[in-house]
Amino acid sequence: MPRYLLARVGQAVLVLWAAFTITFLILYALPGDAVSLLLGEDGENNLTAEQLDAVRVQYGLDLPLYQQYLNRLGGLLTGDLGMSYASNRPVADLIAEAIPQTAQIAFAGLALGVTLGAAIAIAATYTRFAWLSRLLTAIPPLGVAVPSFWLGLMLLQVVSFRYGLLPAMGNEGLASVVLPAVTLAIPNAATVAQLLNKGLESTLGQPYIETARAKGASRRRVHLRHALRNAALPTLTLAGLMVGGVLGGSVVTETVFSRAGLGRLTATSVSARDVPTVLGIVVIAAALYVVVNLIVDLVYPLVDPRVVTARRRTPIGRATAAIPTPEGAST
Amino acid sequence: MSTDRADAPLLSIRDLHVRYRTRRQVVTAVDGLSLDIHAGETVALVGESGSGKSTTAHAVVRLLPVAAEVTEGTILFEGRDLRGASRRELERVRGARIGLIPQDPSVSLNPVTRIGDQVAEVLRIHGLADARSARYRALDALADAGLDNPDLRARQYPHELSGGLRQRVLIAIATVARPALVIADEPTSALDVTVQKQILDHIEALTADADTGVLLVTHDLGVAADRAARIAVMSEGRIVEIGTPEQILTDPHHPYTRSLIAAAPSLQTATPTLISLHSAVGPASGEAAPPEVGAGAGSDHADVVVRAQGLVKDFSVPRAVEPSGVFRAVDDVSLTIRRGRTLALVGESGSGKSTTARLILRLLEPDDGTISFDGADITHLRGSALRALRHRLQVVQQNPYASLNPRLSVGQLIAEPLHSLRIGTRAERRARAVELLDHVGLPTSFAARRPLELSGGQRQRVAIARALAVNPELVVLDEPVSALDVRVQAQILDLLAGLQVDLGVSYLFISHDLAVVRQVSHTIAVMRHGRVLETGPAAQVLLRPGHAYTRELLAAIPGRDVAPAQ
Repeated sequence: MPRYLLARVGQAVLVLWAAFTITFLILYALPGDAVSLLLGEDGENNLTAEQLDAVRVQYGLDLPLYQQYLNRLGGLLTGDLGMSYASNRPVADLIAEAIPQTAQIAFAGLALGVTLGAAIAIAATYTRFAWLSRLLTAIPPLGVAVPSFWLGLMLLQVVSFRYGLLPAMGNEGLASVVLPAVTLAIPNAATVAQLLNKGLESTLGQPYIETARAKGASRRRVHLRHALRNAALPTLTLAGLMVGGVLGGSVVTETVFSRAGLGRLTATSVSARDVPTVLGIVVIAAALYVVVNLIVDLVYPLVDPRVVTARRRTPIGRATAAIPTPEGAST
Repeated sequence: MSTDRADAPLLSIRDLHVRYRTRRQVVTAVDGLSLDIHAGETVALVGESGSGKSTTAHAVVRLLPVAAEVTEGTILFEGRDLRGASRRELERVRGARIGLIPQDPSVSLNPVTRIGDQVAEVLRIHGLADARSARYRALDALADAGLDNPDLRARQYPHELSGGLRQRVLIAIATVARPALVIADEPTSALDVTVQKQILDHIEALTADADTGVLLVTHDLGVAADRAARIAVMSEGRIVEIGTPEQILTDPHHPYTRSLIAAAPSLQTATPTLISLHSAVGPASGEAAPPEVGAGAGSDHADVVVRAQGLVKDFSVPRAVEPSGVFRAVDDVSLTIRRGRTLALVGESGSGKSTTARLILRLLEPDDGTISFDGADITHLRGSALRALRHRLQVVQQNPYASLNPRLSVGQLIAEPLHSLRIGTRAERRARAVELLDHVGLPTSFAARRPLELSGGQRQRVAIARALAVNPELVVLDEPVSALDVRVQAQILDLLAGLQVDLGVSYLFISHDLAVVRQVSHTIAVMRHGRVLETGPAAQVLLRPGHAYTRELLAAIPGRDVAPAQ
């Protein structure tokens, strides 16, 4: 087990490094640099080319690409994310301020998305009315197809502007969380609903469900005790991926709702070519993503006993199960 | 409803009709079936796939697929009409009064729930025990069903148990609440023959103790004859004949019953029947039955197609399973296959017989030993030489539903090996495919059809035609009939024997079923745990088995208690 963990941590480091490097290269491939975007081109703002160059030297932007890269990487390894070009504050501070804001809507969005999606999926297979089942299974594809910025704008238009039920923007209070969270939740709910619905449908066709029914189990028991747990397994894998989706979604959502947070910080930093900030956010987001997926992988064997991590592949008995003979195994 | 309860049957089915509604058509699966089962009585429902036997069994507990519908008839159980029963009433009967043992143990247990909980659940659902005593009674039920170490088993998950053990768990589930009726739907057809015997023994013992009625659904007349007080033979949704095993087997009235008996491999006499089918022609015909007695010893060297010596194959496995980290699937196996003859490799699941065949086909690399083909060493053949060898070795797989690409036409399928080995022109290949269809007894118009339009037996004929396309010298037949109904089995075995006589091809026939093997083989090798325990002429192995395990296999063949009409 520790060896398995070690290998996974090694993979995680590799992922982080790759994310960092690719982001760095993309940012440098974009036209314009932070200094010219911040202070204007040569001649604007009464700054001479010499003065701009001086600023570039100050930020280390005059160095060859590989040296800038190594400086950034070195900083990261020593825990120093550097200073933001745009605001002249430590990147770590900017991110630390933004995270709680984004965490609020992300958690709310995830929880709402999973709950809503699961509810739709279960209701669709549980109901005995064929029309309702068809209706409920028709909703998720719609939810996946709707772009989240459009959804956000519609919610703003209707809920905030027309009826004034909830604040349209800002970070103040619980009420400000609702609309962004719903915007984040809808696509996730749709994906969860689709996957879980498919899972439930195929699980309910399995012979062990017939065994459960032959025991005299009620419809509810068959659904909740037998089918749901088996059907939910692929959804668990999805949950890890959804964390990444929510972080990406927060960029759009926070911009639409003019909310301060990690997403908006990302958007402004990218347009300002604020390399240290963007790199900092990418590293933090990638780390979060890697950790969540590692947790999912570690939890998986607890939920599905057939999946066993690394070393203890086949517990007790059933020796031949892991052996690639075409005959399978029997007593 | 009779007032005398002791006389009234436990289950009384009258004029049952079940229909399946598909998008295109309505199919009648059960067509006016009537059947009684009394307390303590075992009634076997025997028939081929599609005869409606399984549908009948499921209709009793109303566990039919959504597309199925009971259109007529009554199902009286303990005086209650189950056909008209509400969902609630049915749930009270299922599990508590009627236990169901399903067909395929590998998929019939919830994979994420512990064994003990799955058994105890029955008692919990019906409020027959509190959580604690349900657990204890589950342990008892597991022990009664023949599981060793029930304490450990109860804590395990289904994937940690073998097929035989899982079926015992399912028996425990079906019987833990002491039901009045047990419905066993092909309870052993997915299991090895020795395991089958144990499982059926347990069902018999458990139900005899409690005076339970049993509806045993099986395709195997031998199993039915061994276990049932009465046998009901089903065909096309009706019971065509019903009676005691003696009546059915010794004095069958219906032609369908007679054809079933004639085809059932387990009901044949112990003498190999291959030669009697083709006594008129072929190289094997010179000898009188029992054939081939001298062939094992009188080895004419030129006669040998394949000689394998000391074959070893290891697979690496987790050290937690096997401290050495190595599982030896094939352990010092030596075989000889003669030209125009059949060597049968017999053994249970996991005995290494398929791995041995794959070594000989050079689909796997042996870790030790040598294989010679037609006198030349092929153990380490590579590249184009190995490709050339593929002309001469072909294989027919077990499952004709899975081994034929559904997108190709039958003609394309048969010509495929010719195509991939670049033999002949397009027109020649097409002509060859038609010729082969004729060889395997299919109409030549089948060339344009797709596998989905064919029955299992027809598909297996296509697979055989494909294997023969390149005129191979050896065809490996990997359980070629075990997915087929008995009457179709008999036809395919007949076809294989005829083709051998006509073409002089050698077979390596892999099977778990000695009853099938004795119909087609010249030589038999019995395998267990990767080793060949015994090898010799078919008649010798079958009639005078030298190894205790061979005797065990023979004793496990169902239907030996009742002599069939010959």
